[in-house]
Amino acid sequence: MNNAIIQLNNITKKFDGEIVLDDITLSVKENEFVTFLGPSGCGKTTTLRIIGGFETPDEGEVYFDGKLINDVPPFKRQLNTVFQKYALFPHLNVFENIAFGLRIKKMDEKTISEKVEKMLELFNLKNYGKRRIDQLSGGQQQRIAIARALVNEPKVLLLDEPLGALDLKLRKEMQHELKAMQKQLGITFIYVTHDQEEALTMSDTIIVMNEGIIQQMGTPIDIYNEPENAFVADFIGESNILDGIMIDDYLVEFLGKRFECLDSGFGRGEEVDVVIRPEDLDLTPAGEGKLEGIVKSVTFKGVHYEMDIVANNFEFLVHSTDMAPVGTTVGLTLTPDDIHIMEKGE
Amino acid sequence: MKNRTKYFAYPYVLWIFLFIALPAFLVLLYSITTKESNGLTTIHFTLENFKKFFQPMYLNILWDSIYLAAISTIICLILGYPAALIISRAHVSKRNTLLFLCILPMWMNMLLRTYAWMTILGNNGILNNIFAFLGLPRFNMLYTRGATVMGMVYNFIPFMILPIYTALSKMDKALLEAADDLGADKRTVFRKVIFPLSMPGVISGIIMVFMPAVSTFIIPQLLGGNKSMMIGNLVEKLFILNGDWNFGSAISIVMMLIILLSMSIMNKFDVDKEGGARLW
Repeated sequence: MNNAIIQLNNITKKFDGEIVLDDITLSVKENEFVTFLGPSGCGKTTTLRIIGGFETPDEGEVYFDGKLINDVPPFKRQLNTVFQKYALFPHLNVFENIAFGLRIKKMDEKTISEKVEKMLELFNLKNYGKRRIDQLSGGQQQRIAIARALVNEPKVLLLDEPLGALDLKLRKEMQHELKAMQKQLGITFIYVTHDQEEALTMSDTIIVMNEGIIQQMGTPIDIYNEPENAFVADFIGESNILDGIMIDDYLVEFLGKRFECLDSGFGRGEEVDVVIRPEDLDLTPAGEGKLEGIVKSVTFKGVHYEMDIVANNFEFLVHSTDMAPVGTTVGLTLTPDDIHIMEKGE
Repeated sequence: MKNRTKYFAYPYVLWIFLFIALPAFLVLLYSITTKESNGLTTIHFTLENFKKFFQPMYLNILWDSIYLAAISTIICLILGYPAALIISRAHVSKRNTLLFLCILPMWMNMLLRTYAWMTILGNNGILNNIFAFLGLPRFNMLYTRGATVMGMVYNFIPFMILPIYTALSKMDKALLEAADDLGADKRTVFRKVIFPLSMPGVISGIIMVFMPAVSTFIIPQLLGGNKSMMIGNLVEKLFILNGDWNFGSAISIVMMLIILLSMSIMNKFDVDKEGGARLW
């Protein structure tokens, strides 16, 4: 059973007859930071809840450390969850919230207070033990929710969109804090988010899901650079997706022009999706590029300009540090490794 | 621009003044004057009425009222909490039916409902006829303290169930999952999370049952006979039979103070200062 701590085999789940998870098989290695990424309703939270024990799968097996745990209730599972809206106990103060799990294990008072104090220190909440939950900011509540789970020293920590309610700056900070903590503590993190940037920043492995099906599993770099289908390409970062025809291996035609590419193995004349990242398109003076277009709009985005450029009746999204004013004609160039060929969906 | 919506509150302010503040003031006035002072010119202030109340005979009635009301409240809590829990956990489609059944008896006049109990508990009532049919001896159930408590529980239990139900159904399900996740079995989840978080509802329920129970006069009169004279009966007797409005008013004032005091004590226990299911 190699070193998989969580293994899901052919998990299927229906709600009111509607399939939310369709034959999910995946495994999570020990000490890995795995992210389930997908739009809302893709089944990522349901998968997490099945691992946590809050939902039972209709079909398939859930293994924890090699043992089948389909029928093990949550309170007997050696994992802890950080809930979406924190779910801190409003009738208990910060200290007692964190101590909750330890008290249930009937630890002695001294051990409890040592462990809780250690957590408070780790999360920069040293003098907050006596505070009421509603006296804390969102970021502090967030950290207490994580502390409350981690103090039990679980083998696996499940996190359900834990940063969703925080503002952008705090979210960025917490992303780094969480990643650092995961490395330091050596605990397996299973993280659910719909934010592709968050997934790319933090994960060792990303599992992209849509409509109850795993679309792609891989490292952030693989997923970004080598998306397996148009959905992944579109969901992970922005993309221009065009209809193309494979002329031969390493040669594709779209927008009436032929381009060299790095893909092979498709049938001759096969219809394919061509994915081009907005940042891979380079602006050149008119007449020098392979494609020629008119700038429709320009938006300043801080680091780069976002431009809509219409070429051969296709509206390209282009990210570039160069800028061409609206209405001008520009050329667009592409190198073979900027072109990603994918099988047509459906 | 002046906020003109405040004028909409005026009719109610007038209502409060005419039918709540003014009568309360008159009760207070009666309680501190003598019976003989009938005109404004001959008014006599006295604390005699309050002094009279602190005699063993009246204090016993007060104690008895509190005792019976407390017993009824405790029974309402014991019966009502599980009922509220079951309703709050029922499927949405059944929940409204169950709540409806809870409230349904309140659609009938309270007097009627209490009369109905007389025909059930009476010596020739339904229960005793059933006992006789089964060959059991007849019991003397009507006109006992037990019958009074029974009547109070029956009449006031919806006031216990509803606030507890509100508190339970407003509870965030994620909290229960969190407790489960942290290793708590079903009993511990109830003990450590569900029950403490439903306390505002429990306190509201206790207040809403205890207050009408301690001052009721129709239930002990119809079901308790002369066995259980409660404070409400005493006030009624003083006003209607004896015509002693002054002493009756003094007792009413004492009762108001007791209720006010018990409410403020109960609110001390209510830790949840915001949100929650507080009805007060």
